[in-house]
Amino acid sequence: MPTVTFIEPDGAEYPIAVKSGTTARDAAVNNGVPGIDGDCGGECACATCHVHVDAAWIARTGMAEPGGMEANLLQFAEGSTENSRLACQITMTDDLDGLTLRIPDGQH
Amino acid sequence: MTTDTLVRDPALTVPLSQMDVSDPQLFQNDTIGSYFARLRREDPVHYCPESAYGPYWSVTKFNDIMQVEVNHQTFSSEAKIGGIAIQDMQTGESALELEMFIAMDPPKHDAQRKAVSPAVAPSNLVLLEPIIRERAGLILDSLPIGEEIDWVDRVSVELTTMTLATLFDFPWEERRRLTRWSDVATATPETGVVSSWEQRREELLECAYYFKDLWDKRINEPPKSDLISMMAHSPATRDMPFLEFLGNLMLLIVGGNDTTRNSISGGVLALNQNPAEYRKLMANPGLIPKMIPEIIRWQTPLTHMRRTALMDADIGGKKIRKGDKVVMWYLSGNRDDEVIDRPNEFIIDRPNSRHHLSFGFGVHRCMGNRVAELQLRIIWEEILKRFSKVEVVGAPERTLSNFIRGFTHLPVKLHAH
Repeated sequence: MPTVTFIEPDGAEYPIAVKSGTTARDAAVNNGVPGIDGDCGGECACATCHVHVDAAWIARTGMAEPGGMEANLLQFAEGSTENSRLACQITMTDDLDGLTLRIPDGQH
Repeated sequence: MTTDTLVRDPALTVPLSQMDVSDPQLFQNDTIGSYFARLRREDPVHYCPESAYGPYWSVTKFNDIMQVEVNHQTFSSEAKIGGIAIQDMQTGESALELEMFIAMDPPKHDAQRKAVSPAVAPSNLVLLEPIIRERAGLILDSLPIGEEIDWVDRVSVELTTMTLATLFDFPWEERRRLTRWSDVATATPETGVVSSWEQRREELLECAYYFKDLWDKRINEPPKSDLISMMAHSPATRDMPFLEFLGNLMLLIVGGNDTTRNSISGGVLALNQNPAEYRKLMANPGLIPKMIPEIIRWQTPLTHMRRTALMDADIGGKKIRKGDKVVMWYLSGNRDDEVIDRPNEFIIDRPNSRHHLSFGFGVHRCMGNRVAELQLRIIWEEILKRFSKVEVVGAPERTLSNFIRGFTHLPVKLHAH
Protein backbone atom coordinates (compact mmCIF):
# COMPACT_ATOMS: atom_id res chain seq x y z
CA MET A 1 0.00 0.00 0.00
CA PRO A 2 1.59 3.30 -1.05
CA THR A 3 1.78 6.04 1.54
CA VAL A 4 1.01 9.71 0.92
CA THR A 5 1.96 12.31 3.52
CA PHE A 6 0.04 15.56 3.80
CA ILE A 7 1.81 18.44 5.50
CA GLU A 8 -0.36 21.15 7.03
CA PRO A 9 0.65 24.83 6.90
CA ASP A 10 1.63 24.54 10.59
CA GLY A 11 3.92 21.61 9.82
CA ALA A 12 1.69 18.82 11.15
CA GLU A 13 2.11 15.65 9.12
CA TYR A 14 -0.57 13.14 8.16
CA PRO A 15 0.93 9.98 6.64
CA ILE A 16 -1.79 7.84 5.07
CA ALA A 17 -1.42 4.41 3.52
CA VAL A 18 -3.99 3.72 0.83
CA LYS A 19 -4.77 1.08 -1.75
CA SER A 20 -3.22 1.64 -5.14
CA GLY A 21 -5.74 3.42 -7.37
CA THR A 22 -7.03 5.69 -4.61
CA THR A 23 -6.75 9.39 -5.34
CA ALA A 24 -4.84 11.64 -2.95
CA ARG A 25 -8.09 13.61 -2.52
CA ASP A 26 -9.95 10.53 -1.31
CA ALA A 27 -7.03 9.59 0.93
CA ALA A 28 -7.30 12.98 2.62
CA VAL A 29 -11.08 13.32 2.78
CA ASN A 30 -11.70 9.75 3.96
CA ASN A 31 -9.13 10.13 6.71
CA GLY A 32 -10.18 13.56 7.93
CA VAL A 33 -7.07 15.46 6.87
CA PRO A 34 -7.90 19.12 7.61
CA GLY A 35 -7.69 21.59 4.76
CA ILE A 36 -8.79 19.33 1.91
CA ASP A 37 -12.48 19.94 1.26
CA GLY A 38 -12.96 18.24 -2.09
CA ASP A 39 -16.39 19.81 -2.52
CA CYS A 40 -17.11 18.47 -6.00
CA GLY A 41 -16.58 14.87 -4.97
CA GLY A 42 -13.35 14.36 -6.89
CA GLU A 43 -14.58 15.39 -10.33
CA CYS A 44 -11.94 18.03 -11.06
CA ALA A 45 -14.59 20.71 -10.88
CA CYS A 46 -13.90 22.97 -7.89
CA ALA A 47 -10.24 23.28 -6.81
CA THR A 48 -10.92 22.77 -3.09
CA CYS A 49 -8.34 19.96 -2.93
CA HIS A 50 -5.44 22.17 -4.01
CA VAL A 51 -2.02 20.87 -2.89
CA HIS A 52 1.60 21.73 -3.55
CA VAL A 53 3.58 18.72 -4.68
CA ASP A 54 6.94 18.49 -2.96
CA ALA A 55 9.62 19.47 -5.47
CA ALA A 56 11.27 16.07 -5.24
CA TRP A 57 8.07 14.42 -6.47
CA ILE A 58 6.75 16.70 -9.18
CA ALA A 59 8.52 14.78 -11.96
CA ARG A 60 6.72 11.61 -10.94
CA THR A 61 3.25 13.07 -10.35
CA GLY A 62 3.55 15.33 -13.37
CA MET A 63 2.22 18.88 -13.56
CA ALA A 64 -1.33 19.88 -14.36
CA GLU A 65 -1.72 19.69 -18.12
CA PRO A 66 -1.72 23.23 -19.54
CA GLY A 67 -5.12 24.21 -20.91
CA GLY A 68 -6.86 21.29 -19.22
CA MET A 69 -9.63 21.61 -16.63
CA GLU A 70 -7.24 21.11 -13.72
CA ALA A 71 -5.02 23.99 -14.85
CA ASN A 72 -8.10 26.08 -15.64
CA LEU A 73 -9.27 25.72 -12.06
CA LEU A 74 -5.85 26.06 -10.44
CA GLN A 75 -5.31 29.46 -12.02
CA PHE A 76 -7.96 30.87 -9.64
CA ALA A 77 -6.68 29.12 -6.54
CA GLU A 78 -4.86 31.31 -4.07
CA GLY A 79 -1.11 30.84 -4.04
CA SER A 80 -1.01 28.34 -6.87
CA THR A 81 2.42 27.64 -8.34
CA GLU A 82 3.71 25.36 -11.05
CA ASN A 83 3.92 22.60 -8.44
CA SER A 84 0.21 22.98 -7.68
CA ARG A 85 -2.09 20.07 -8.37
CA LEU A 86 -5.61 19.07 -7.48
CA ALA A 87 -5.34 16.07 -5.19
CA CYS A 88 -8.27 14.43 -6.98
CA GLN A 89 -6.11 14.23 -10.08
CA ILE A 90 -3.26 12.35 -8.38
CA THR A 91 -3.86 8.62 -8.27
CA MET A 92 -1.71 6.74 -5.80
CA THR A 93 0.41 3.88 -7.13
CA ASP A 94 3.38 1.99 -5.72
CA ASP A 95 5.54 4.30 -7.79
CA LEU A 96 4.29 7.23 -5.70
CA ASP A 97 4.90 5.52 -2.34
CA GLY A 98 6.28 8.23 -0.02
CA LEU A 99 4.68 11.14 -1.90
CA THR A 100 4.61 14.41 0.06
CA LEU A 101 1.86 16.97 -0.54
CA ARG A 102 1.73 20.34 1.17
CA ILE A 103 -1.65 21.83 2.02
CA PRO A 104 -2.03 25.56 1.36
CA ASP A 105 -3.22 28.05 4.01
CA GLY A 106 -6.74 27.95 2.66
CA GLN A 107 -8.85 26.55 -0.17
CA HIS A 108 -10.70 29.11 -2.23
CA MET B 1 -52.86 14.07 0.88
CA THR B 2 -56.20 12.77 -0.41
CA THR B 3 -56.69 11.29 -3.87
CA ASP B 4 -58.65 14.40 -4.71
CA THR B 5 -55.81 16.83 -4.09
CA LEU B 6 -53.39 14.48 -5.84
CA VAL B 7 -55.52 14.63 -8.95
CA ARG B 8 -55.71 18.38 -8.83
CA ASP B 9 -52.03 19.02 -8.16
CA PRO B 10 -50.90 20.57 -11.44
CA ALA B 11 -47.32 19.45 -10.78
CA LEU B 12 -48.53 15.88 -11.23
CA THR B 13 -51.23 16.33 -13.84
CA VAL B 14 -49.86 18.79 -16.38
CA PRO B 15 -48.65 16.91 -19.47
CA LEU B 16 -44.84 16.84 -19.55
CA SER B 17 -44.89 18.44 -22.97
CA GLN B 18 -46.55 21.50 -21.46
CA MET B 19 -44.62 21.67 -18.23
CA ASP B 20 -42.93 25.07 -17.78
CA VAL B 21 -40.94 25.40 -14.56
CA SER B 22 -39.87 28.97 -15.31
CA ASP B 23 -43.02 30.62 -13.93
CA PRO B 24 -41.76 32.93 -11.12
CA GLN B 25 -45.01 32.35 -9.16
CA LEU B 26 -44.04 28.73 -8.57
CA PHE B 27 -40.97 29.97 -6.73
CA GLN B 28 -42.77 32.70 -4.85
CA ASN B 29 -45.41 30.29 -3.52
CA ASP B 30 -42.75 27.61 -3.03
CA THR B 31 -44.58 24.90 -4.97
CA ILE B 32 -41.77 24.43 -7.48
CA GLY B 33 -40.33 21.43 -5.60
CA SER B 34 -42.97 18.95 -6.76
CA TYR B 35 -42.51 20.01 -10.38
CA PHE B 36 -38.80 19.33 -10.17
CA ALA B 37 -39.41 16.05 -8.35
CA ARG B 38 -41.59 14.90 -11.23
CA LEU B 39 -39.05 15.95 -13.84
CA ARG B 40 -36.26 14.10 -12.01
CA ARG B 41 -38.47 10.97 -12.01
CA GLU B 42 -40.01 11.12 -15.45
CA ASP B 43 -37.95 13.35 -17.72
CA PRO B 44 -34.75 14.57 -16.09
CA VAL B 45 -33.53 16.46 -19.14
CA HIS B 46 -36.73 18.15 -20.21
CA TYR B 47 -37.52 20.31 -23.21
CA CYS B 48 -40.01 23.12 -22.81
CA PRO B 49 -40.94 24.30 -26.33
CA GLU B 50 -42.69 27.50 -25.28
CA SER B 51 -42.27 29.86 -22.35
CA ALA B 52 -42.03 33.53 -21.54
CA TYR B 53 -38.29 33.10 -22.18
CA GLY B 54 -38.60 31.06 -25.36
CA PRO B 55 -37.79 27.35 -25.64
CA TYR B 56 -35.34 25.89 -23.12
CA TRP B 57 -33.98 22.67 -21.71
CA SER B 58 -34.24 21.92 -17.99
CA VAL B 59 -31.41 19.82 -16.55
CA THR B 60 -32.67 18.56 -13.19
CA LYS B 61 -30.33 15.81 -11.94
CA PHE B 62 -27.13 16.47 -9.99
CA ASN B 63 -24.77 14.49 -12.23
CA ASP B 64 -26.21 15.83 -15.49
CA ILE B 65 -25.80 19.37 -14.14
CA MET B 66 -22.19 18.59 -13.24
CA GLN B 67 -21.58 17.41 -16.80
CA VAL B 68 -22.78 20.75 -18.18
CA GLU B 69 -20.84 22.71 -15.54
CA VAL B 70 -17.45 21.28 -16.46
CA ASN B 71 -17.91 21.57 -20.21
CA HIS B 72 -17.56 25.29 -20.84
CA GLN B 73 -16.21 24.54 -24.33
CA THR B 74 -19.67 23.33 -25.35
CA PHE B 75 -21.92 25.23 -22.95
CA SER B 76 -21.25 28.93 -23.15
CA SER B 77 -21.96 31.68 -20.62
CA GLU B 78 -21.38 34.47 -23.13
CA ALA B 79 -23.71 37.43 -22.66
CA LYS B 80 -24.03 38.20 -26.35
CA ILE B 81 -25.74 34.87 -27.03
CA GLY B 82 -27.92 34.97 -23.91
CA GLY B 83 -25.79 34.89 -20.80
CA ILE B 84 -26.28 33.03 -17.57
CA ALA B 85 -29.98 33.25 -16.69
CA ILE B 86 -33.09 31.84 -18.32
CA GLN B 87 -34.05 35.38 -19.22
CA ASP B 88 -31.70 36.47 -21.99
CA MET B 89 -29.50 39.39 -21.11
CA GLN B 90 -31.22 42.57 -22.20
CA THR B 91 -30.33 43.82 -25.62
CA GLY B 92 -31.66 46.75 -27.56
CA GLU B 93 -31.98 50.46 -27.00
CA SER B 94 -33.42 50.68 -23.51
CA ALA B 95 -31.00 48.06 -22.25
CA LEU B 96 -27.70 48.57 -20.60
CA GLU B 97 -25.44 45.99 -22.13
CA LEU B 98 -23.51 45.05 -19.06
CA GLU B 99 -20.48 42.90 -19.46
CA MET B 100 -19.35 40.82 -16.55
CA PHE B 101 -17.00 37.90 -16.27
CA ILE B 102 -19.67 35.48 -15.08
CA ALA B 103 -21.15 35.96 -18.55
CA MET B 104 -17.92 35.51 -20.49
CA ASP B 105 -16.10 32.42 -21.65
CA PRO B 106 -12.38 31.76 -21.22
CA PRO B 107 -9.91 33.27 -21.86
CA LYS B 108 -11.37 36.74 -21.16
CA HIS B 109 -13.29 35.38 -18.18
CA ASP B 110 -10.10 33.97 -16.69
CA ALA B 111 -8.11 37.20 -16.80
CA GLN B 112 -10.84 39.27 -15.16
CA ARG B 113 -11.70 36.73 -12.53
CA LYS B 114 -8.05 36.37 -11.57
CA ALA B 115 -7.81 40.13 -11.10
CA VAL B 116 -10.57 40.37 -8.50
CA SER B 117 -10.54 37.00 -6.82
CA PRO B 118 -7.73 37.80 -4.31
CA ALA B 119 -10.16 40.17 -2.54
CA VAL B 120 -12.22 37.16 -1.47
CA ALA B 121 -9.41 34.63 -1.15
CA PRO B 122 -8.79 32.92 2.20
CA SER B 123 -5.83 35.08 3.23
CA ASN B 124 -7.84 38.28 2.80
CA LEU B 125 -10.80 36.78 4.65
CA VAL B 126 -8.64 36.11 7.69
CA LEU B 127 -8.23 39.89 7.90
CA LEU B 128 -11.95 40.48 7.36
CA GLU B 129 -13.22 38.02 9.94
CA PRO B 130 -12.83 40.21 13.06
CA ILE B 131 -14.47 43.16 11.27
CA ILE B 132 -17.44 41.09 10.14
CA ARG B 133 -17.77 39.57 13.60
CA GLU B 134 -17.78 42.92 15.31
CA ARG B 135 -20.40 44.26 12.93
CA ALA B 136 -22.55 41.14 13.22
CA GLY B 137 -22.44 41.57 16.99
CA LEU B 138 -23.52 45.20 16.75
CA ILE B 139 -26.44 44.29 14.50
CA LEU B 140 -27.64 41.58 16.88
CA ASP B 141 -27.14 43.73 19.97
CA SER B 142 -29.39 46.40 18.47
CA LEU B 143 -32.38 44.05 18.18
CA PRO B 144 -35.26 44.09 20.70
CA ILE B 145 -36.05 40.91 22.63
CA GLY B 146 -39.61 39.56 22.47
CA GLU B 147 -40.92 41.94 19.81
CA GLU B 148 -41.81 41.03 16.27
CA ILE B 149 -39.15 42.21 13.81
CA ASP B 150 -38.36 41.56 10.16
CA TRP B 151 -35.27 39.34 10.12
CA VAL B 152 -34.69 40.00 6.41
CA ASP B 153 -34.33 43.74 6.79
CA ARG B 154 -32.82 43.94 10.25
CA VAL B 155 -30.22 41.18 9.97
CA SER B 156 -29.84 39.45 6.60
CA VAL B 157 -29.76 42.57 4.44
CA GLU B 158 -27.86 44.60 7.00
CA LEU B 159 -25.05 42.09 7.50
CA THR B 160 -24.48 41.30 3.82
CA THR B 161 -24.61 44.99 2.93
CA MET B 162 -22.05 45.81 5.61
CA THR B 163 -19.76 43.06 4.36
CA LEU B 164 -20.05 44.27 0.81
CA ALA B 165 -19.34 47.84 1.87
CA THR B 166 -16.25 46.52 3.64
CA LEU B 167 -15.08 44.59 0.57
CA PHE B 168 -15.47 47.70 -1.59
CA ASP B 169 -14.34 50.09 1.13
CA PHE B 170 -17.60 51.86 0.26
CA PRO B 171 -18.66 55.08 2.07
CA TRP B 172 -20.17 53.61 5.20
CA GLU B 173 -23.20 55.83 5.75
CA GLU B 174 -24.36 55.32 2.18
CA ARG B 175 -24.08 51.55 2.16
CA ARG B 176 -27.80 50.90 1.67
CA ARG B 177 -27.34 52.23 -1.84
CA LEU B 178 -25.61 48.91 -2.48
CA THR B 179 -28.73 47.03 -1.41
CA ARG B 180 -30.87 49.13 -3.72
CA TRP B 181 -28.54 48.68 -6.70
CA SER B 182 -28.44 44.94 -6.07
CA ASP B 183 -32.23 44.76 -6.08
CA VAL B 184 -32.45 46.92 -9.20
CA ALA B 185 -29.86 44.85 -11.06
CA THR B 186 -31.93 41.67 -10.86
CA ALA B 187 -35.29 43.41 -11.22
CA THR B 188 -37.62 43.45 -14.18
CA PRO B 189 -40.55 45.89 -14.36
CA GLU B 190 -42.97 43.05 -13.42
CA THR B 191 -41.38 42.67 -9.99
CA GLY B 192 -42.36 46.19 -8.92
CA VAL B 193 -38.82 47.04 -7.79
CA VAL B 194 -38.53 49.33 -10.81
CA SER B 195 -41.41 50.61 -12.89
CA SER B 196 -39.70 50.44 -16.28
CA TRP B 197 -36.53 49.30 -18.03
CA GLU B 198 -35.65 53.00 -18.39
CA GLN B 199 -35.79 53.49 -14.63
CA ARG B 200 -33.57 50.46 -14.15
CA ARG B 201 -31.12 51.85 -16.68
CA GLU B 202 -31.02 55.23 -14.95
CA GLU B 203 -30.45 53.80 -11.50
CA LEU B 204 -27.69 51.50 -12.73
CA LEU B 205 -25.99 54.39 -14.46
CA GLU B 206 -26.15 56.34 -11.23
CA CYS B 207 -24.45 53.36 -9.59
CA ALA B 208 -21.82 53.32 -12.31
CA TYR B 209 -20.97 56.99 -11.90
CA TYR B 210 -20.82 56.64 -8.15
CA PHE B 211 -18.31 53.84 -8.50
CA LYS B 212 -16.43 55.67 -11.23
CA ASP B 213 -15.73 58.40 -8.68
CA LEU B 214 -14.45 55.83 -6.22
CA TRP B 215 -12.34 54.26 -8.95
CA ASP B 216 -10.83 57.61 -9.92
CA LYS B 217 -9.86 58.24 -6.31
CA ARG B 218 -8.39 54.79 -5.73
CA ILE B 219 -6.38 54.72 -8.94
CA ASN B 220 -4.48 57.76 -7.68
CA GLU B 221 -3.82 56.17 -4.31
CA PRO B 222 -1.44 53.32 -3.51
CA PRO B 223 -3.01 49.86 -4.13
CA LYS B 224 -5.15 48.50 -1.26
CA SER B 225 -6.91 45.20 -0.72
CA ASP B 226 -10.45 46.38 -1.52
CA LEU B 227 -12.12 45.31 -4.75
CA ILE B 228 -12.22 48.76 -6.37
CA SER B 229 -8.57 49.38 -5.74
CA MET B 230 -7.71 45.92 -7.06
CA MET B 231 -9.66 46.48 -10.26
CA ALA B 232 -8.22 49.96 -10.71
CA HIS B 233 -4.64 48.75 -10.34
CA SER B 234 -4.65 45.30 -11.97
CA PRO B 235 -3.33 45.18 -15.57
CA ALA B 236 -6.20 42.76 -16.41
CA THR B 237 -8.91 45.20 -15.39
CA ARG B 238 -7.58 48.75 -15.21
CA ASP B 239 -8.35 49.58 -18.86
CA MET B 240 -11.78 48.02 -18.72
CA PRO B 241 -14.47 49.71 -20.84
CA PHE B 242 -17.06 51.55 -18.77
CA LEU B 243 -19.93 49.07 -19.26
CA GLU B 244 -17.65 46.20 -18.44
CA PHE B 245 -16.60 47.97 -15.25
CA LEU B 246 -20.24 48.49 -14.37
CA GLY B 247 -21.10 44.89 -15.25
CA ASN B 248 -18.40 43.43 -13.05
CA LEU B 249 -19.42 45.72 -10.22
CA MET B 250 -23.02 44.60 -10.51
CA LEU B 251 -21.82 41.02 -10.50
CA LEU B 252 -19.94 41.56 -7.25
CA ILE B 253 -22.82 43.53 -5.72
CA VAL B 254 -25.52 41.02 -6.62
CA GLY B 255 -23.24 38.09 -5.90
CA GLY B 256 -22.43 39.49 -2.50
CA ASN B 257 -25.90 40.64 -1.57
CA ASP B 258 -28.78 38.66 -2.91
CA THR B 259 -27.34 35.26 -2.19
CA THR B 260 -25.94 35.19 1.33
CA ARG B 261 -28.78 37.44 2.45
CA ASN B 262 -31.25 34.71 1.58
CA SER B 263 -29.20 31.91 3.07
CA ILE B 264 -29.12 33.84 6.36
CA SER B 265 -32.93 34.08 6.32
CA GLY B 266 -33.36 30.56 4.95
CA GLY B 267 -31.34 29.07 7.79
CA VAL B 268 -33.59 30.66 10.40
CA LEU B 269 -36.67 29.30 8.65
CA ALA B 270 -35.19 25.82 8.18
CA LEU B 271 -34.26 25.53 11.85
CA ASN B 272 -37.75 26.63 12.87
CA GLN B 273 -39.32 24.08 10.55
CA ASN B 274 -37.05 21.39 11.98
CA PRO B 275 -37.13 21.92 15.75
CA ALA B 276 -35.16 18.76 16.48
CA GLU B 277 -32.29 20.16 14.40
CA TYR B 278 -32.53 23.49 16.22
CA ARG B 279 -32.25 21.64 19.54
CA LYS B 280 -29.27 19.68 18.21
CA LEU B 281 -27.60 22.97 17.31
CA MET B 282 -28.26 24.58 20.70
CA ALA B 283 -26.86 21.51 22.43
CA ASN B 284 -23.75 21.55 20.27
CA PRO B 285 -22.71 24.89 18.70
CA GLY B 286 -19.64 23.08 17.35
CA LEU B 287 -21.93 21.82 14.58
CA ILE B 288 -22.13 25.30 13.01
CA PRO B 289 -19.35 24.78 10.44
CA LYS B 290 -21.04 21.59 9.25
CA MET B 291 -24.48 23.22 9.24
CA ILE B 292 -23.48 26.12 6.99
CA PRO B 293 -23.11 24.12 3.75
CA GLU B 294 -26.36 22.33 4.60
CA ILE B 295 -28.13 25.71 4.88
CA ILE B 296 -26.63 26.75 1.55
CA ARG B 297 -27.80 23.52 -0.09
CA TRP B 298 -31.22 23.76 1.52
CA GLN B 299 -31.75 27.36 0.48
CA THR B 300 -30.05 27.21 -2.94
CA PRO B 301 -30.21 31.03 -3.20
CA LEU B 302 -29.68 30.96 -6.96
CA THR B 303 -32.15 28.50 -8.45
CA HIS B 304 -30.28 28.06 -11.69
CA MET B 305 -27.58 29.05 -14.11
CA ARG B 306 -28.12 28.95 -17.83
CA ARG B 307 -25.79 28.07 -20.69
CA THR B 308 -26.11 28.19 -24.46
CA ALA B 309 -24.93 25.22 -26.53
CA LEU B 310 -22.16 26.17 -28.96
CA MET B 311 -22.44 22.80 -30.71
CA ASP B 312 -24.69 19.75 -30.69
CA ALA B 313 -24.33 17.75 -27.51
CA ASP B 314 -25.83 14.91 -25.51
CA ILE B 315 -27.07 15.31 -21.95
CA GLY B 316 -28.67 12.34 -20.24
CA GLY B 317 -29.50 10.77 -23.61
CA LYS B 318 -31.19 13.87 -25.02
CA LYS B 319 -29.95 15.57 -28.17
CA ILE B 320 -29.15 19.21 -27.48
CA ARG B 321 -28.77 21.30 -30.62
CA LYS B 322 -26.33 24.10 -31.25
CA GLY B 323 -27.93 27.36 -30.06
CA ASP B 324 -30.25 25.71 -27.51
CA LYS B 325 -30.79 27.31 -24.12
CA VAL B 326 -29.82 24.92 -21.32
CA VAL B 327 -30.96 25.67 -17.76
CA MET B 328 -29.19 23.88 -14.90
CA TRP B 329 -31.65 23.85 -12.03
CA TYR B 330 -29.42 23.79 -8.95
CA LEU B 331 -32.50 23.79 -6.75
CA SER B 332 -33.52 20.49 -8.30
CA GLY B 333 -30.06 18.92 -8.37
CA ASN B 334 -29.72 19.73 -4.67
CA ARG B 335 -32.77 17.49 -4.03
CA ASP B 336 -31.56 14.57 -6.16
CA ASP B 337 -31.65 11.40 -4.06
CA GLU B 338 -29.28 9.63 -6.42
CA VAL B 339 -26.46 11.80 -5.08
CA ILE B 340 -27.77 13.25 -1.81
CA ASP B 341 -29.05 10.93 0.87
CA ARG B 342 -32.50 11.94 2.21
CA PRO B 343 -32.33 15.18 0.20
CA ASN B 344 -35.66 16.52 1.42
CA GLU B 345 -34.50 16.55 5.00
CA PHE B 346 -32.60 19.41 6.60
CA ILE B 347 -29.84 17.70 8.62
CA ILE B 348 -27.36 20.05 10.26
CA ASP B 349 -24.71 17.37 10.80
CA ARG B 350 -25.12 15.78 7.39
CA PRO B 351 -22.00 13.86 6.38
CA ASN B 352 -20.49 15.23 3.17
CA SER B 353 -22.64 18.36 3.40
CA ARG B 354 -20.22 20.34 1.21
CA HIS B 355 -21.20 18.27 -1.82
CA HIS B 356 -23.95 20.54 -3.16
CA LEU B 357 -24.54 22.56 -6.31
CA SER B 358 -25.37 25.97 -4.88
CA PHE B 359 -21.96 27.47 -5.77
CA GLY B 360 -21.84 25.81 -9.17
CA PHE B 361 -18.77 23.98 -10.42
CA GLY B 362 -16.15 24.44 -13.10
CA VAL B 363 -14.49 27.72 -14.02
CA HIS B 364 -17.59 29.76 -13.10
CA ARG B 365 -17.84 28.35 -9.58
CA CYS B 366 -18.86 31.07 -7.14
CA MET B 367 -15.85 33.25 -6.42
CA GLY B 368 -17.33 34.53 -3.14
CA ASN B 369 -18.16 31.11 -1.69
CA ARG B 370 -15.80 31.58 1.23
CA VAL B 371 -17.15 35.02 2.13
CA ALA B 372 -20.62 33.55 2.08
CA GLU B 373 -19.65 30.71 4.40
CA LEU B 374 -17.72 33.08 6.64
CA GLN B 375 -20.68 35.42 7.11
CA LEU B 376 -23.06 32.57 7.81
CA ARG B 377 -20.71 30.97 10.30
CA ILE B 378 -20.11 34.24 12.14
CA ILE B 379 -23.77 35.25 12.30
CA TRP B 380 -24.77 31.85 13.70
CA GLU B 381 -21.94 31.87 16.25
CA GLU B 382 -23.02 35.31 17.39
CA ILE B 383 -26.73 34.39 17.39
CA LEU B 384 -26.08 31.39 19.61
CA LYS B 385 -24.12 33.52 22.09
CA ARG B 386 -27.08 35.86 22.48
CA PHE B 387 -30.40 34.13 21.87
CA SER B 388 -31.96 30.87 22.98
CA LYS B 389 -34.18 31.05 19.93
CA VAL B 390 -34.89 33.08 16.84
CA GLU B 391 -38.55 32.18 16.54
CA VAL B 392 -40.38 32.56 13.25
CA VAL B 393 -43.77 34.05 14.19
CA GLY B 394 -45.50 34.48 10.85
CA ALA B 395 -45.53 33.35 7.25
CA PRO B 396 -42.39 34.22 5.29
CA GLU B 397 -42.81 36.20 2.08
CA ARG B 398 -40.75 34.94 -0.81
CA THR B 399 -39.16 36.73 -3.74
CA LEU B 400 -41.05 36.74 -7.05
CA SER B 401 -38.24 35.38 -9.20
CA ASN B 402 -37.20 32.22 -10.99
CA PHE B 403 -33.53 33.13 -10.43
CA ILE B 404 -33.16 34.47 -6.91
CA ARG B 405 -34.64 32.13 -4.31
CA GLY B 406 -35.16 34.40 -1.42
CA PHE B 407 -37.27 36.19 1.11
CA THR B 408 -38.63 39.71 1.22
CA HIS B 409 -39.99 39.35 4.75
CA LEU B 410 -39.47 36.96 7.64
CA PRO B 411 -41.19 37.92 10.91
CA VAL B 412 -39.35 36.66 13.98
CA LYS B 413 -39.25 37.12 17.72
CA LEU B 414 -36.01 36.81 19.67
CA HIS B 415 -35.73 34.91 22.94
CA ALA B 416 -32.93 35.73 25.36
CA HIS B 417 -30.94 32.96 27.04
